[in-house]
Amino acid sequence: MSPQLRWRKFVSGFMLTMTGVCALVAVSVLFFILGYLVYHGGTSINWSFFTKLPKPVGETGGGMANAIVGSAKLLLLASLLGVPIGFLGAIYLAEFSASKVAFVVRYAADLLNGVPSIVIGIFAYSLVVLPFKHFSTLAGGFALGLMMIPITLRSTEDFLLAVPRALREAAMALGASKWKMIATVIVPAAYRGILTAVLLAFARVAGETAPLLFTALGNRFWSPGWNQPTASLPVAIFNYAVSPYEDWHRQAWAAGLVLLGLILVINIVARAVLARGIAVPRA
Amino acid sequence: MHASVRPAVSVNITPSQTGAIGRETTTALPMRMNVSKVNFFYGPKQALFDVSLGVATSKVTALIGPSGCGKSTLLRTLNRMHETVRHARLEGEITLDGQNILAQDVTQLRRRVGMVFQRPNPFPKSIFDNVAYGLRINGSKLPISEAVEKSLRHSALWDEVKDHLHKSAYELSGGQQQRLCIARALAVEPEVLLLDEPCSALDPISTAKIEELLVQLKDLCTIVIVTHNMQQAARVSDFTAFLLTGQVIEFNATPQLFTTPGDARTEAYITGRFG
Repeated sequence: MSPQLRWRKFVSGFMLTMTGVCALVAVSVLFFILGYLVYHGGTSINWSFFTKLPKPVGETGGGMANAIVGSAKLLLLASLLGVPIGFLGAIYLAEFSASKVAFVVRYAADLLNGVPSIVIGIFAYSLVVLPFKHFSTLAGGFALGLMMIPITLRSTEDFLLAVPRALREAAMALGASKWKMIATVIVPAAYRGILTAVLLAFARVAGETAPLLFTALGNRFWSPGWNQPTASLPVAIFNYAVSPYEDWHRQAWAAGLVLLGLILVINIVARAVLARGIAVPRA
Repeated sequence: MHASVRPAVSVNITPSQTGAIGRETTTALPMRMNVSKVNFFYGPKQALFDVSLGVATSKVTALIGPSGCGKSTLLRTLNRMHETVRHARLEGEITLDGQNILAQDVTQLRRRVGMVFQRPNPFPKSIFDNVAYGLRINGSKLPISEAVEKSLRHSALWDEVKDHLHKSAYELSGGQQQRLCIARALAVEPEVLLLDEPCSALDPISTAKIEELLVQLKDLCTIVIVTHNMQQAARVSDFTAFLLTGQVIEFNATPQLFTTPGDARTEAYITGRFG
């Protein structure tokens, strides 16, 4: 073997190893976080964590039932606001708008996506909290919903545009009007991608803390209705983690584990749903 | 076997003499569609020049010519699919059963003038749902499963798929997918079926099946087929139009056009001197 060839083989082998190592690092970060959460929070997760309210300072035990329910309510509101607006806006962008309008809307959505979440929080505070004169689930859901709009919009648009032109033509040639073509061919052909995009947006805002500090605030008790300050998992994690109590730290870890677990479960269920039905094969 | 389906009437029609073919031949043959003096533009670029021809009822009309001659463009004007292209503009008149198609509701028109494309393009749905699609969106009163079976029989696909109608259309072979697309188009019972090089993505056996099918479908509807394959035009069509650079050079009964072409350019093309 000539020295030149030997050197080439060495470089090739070296680079292959490096790419493999980097891929491994990327994956292991997730498993490291998961393992860390399980190690620290696993012992604090028990039935009462899901069913009980927080105990007063000094007493051990108690749970975060109010924060779990609070997060669920916030995310429900956020999805009700963010998903339809993002989805229908994406349909307009992908199917109806002139290219100049589309460019402006796309650009604005990208900018909105880049707005720091704490700024979204302040905005929701001044728009919803100040006029109503108190923190509420409504205000928190509004802030999170705002964050979901651009993520849903941009990715849904991409998936709609990726539907092959041949399918559009087939529908039109059968006498489908434009909206019927969209409802019966384009959206069904793109729905896997769209649902993935919605999930991504959901998971992204599920862990947001900053916008909730000004809007949902937090609550050590149940929050009836939609018009009271409410506990949520991310804010509870924040409050418990900065506290000086050993027991609260453990509960913060547990809350982190629950939050991650909930997102994971929703993801797996959605993917199981996605696996059914017929996908457009890649060209 | 295809030789038996030659048109009984021998008509000699040349657009250069008459402008609109229909006029001279309506006495001999009923015309389903008529194209007269159509000019077509993609933005500033003109793609069709003063095109006139008639589409005879229950016959197969073939459009042949080299790439870029405008044959697909002409076909797509017949059900106004050209309108999906931005900056496309059409001048002239096209009629279906004597009525101007440009003045009609486009969705109604496309139900009457169906289309099959170059590449099979089934929807990401089951075989059944693909064929039923047109019926469902049109709110058809017909019993859907019977109509689906009928269409699949017409497209000679029924025996191959009847036991797995609810499987994905993508599990079929390319040729089967194309016949499925034909069945899908037939389900809404169009008066005219347009085919844009339907066999260009298929193997010879699948091509033969589709050609055989076209000849049988004449009883159901009028057919216009674009093909770059001259042998195919000769095998399946009753009339052939030869297009070159956006103009109809010659339009005649298929046997005449291929045996005694009236124009030197037609002769040059069909004998393979260019194209």
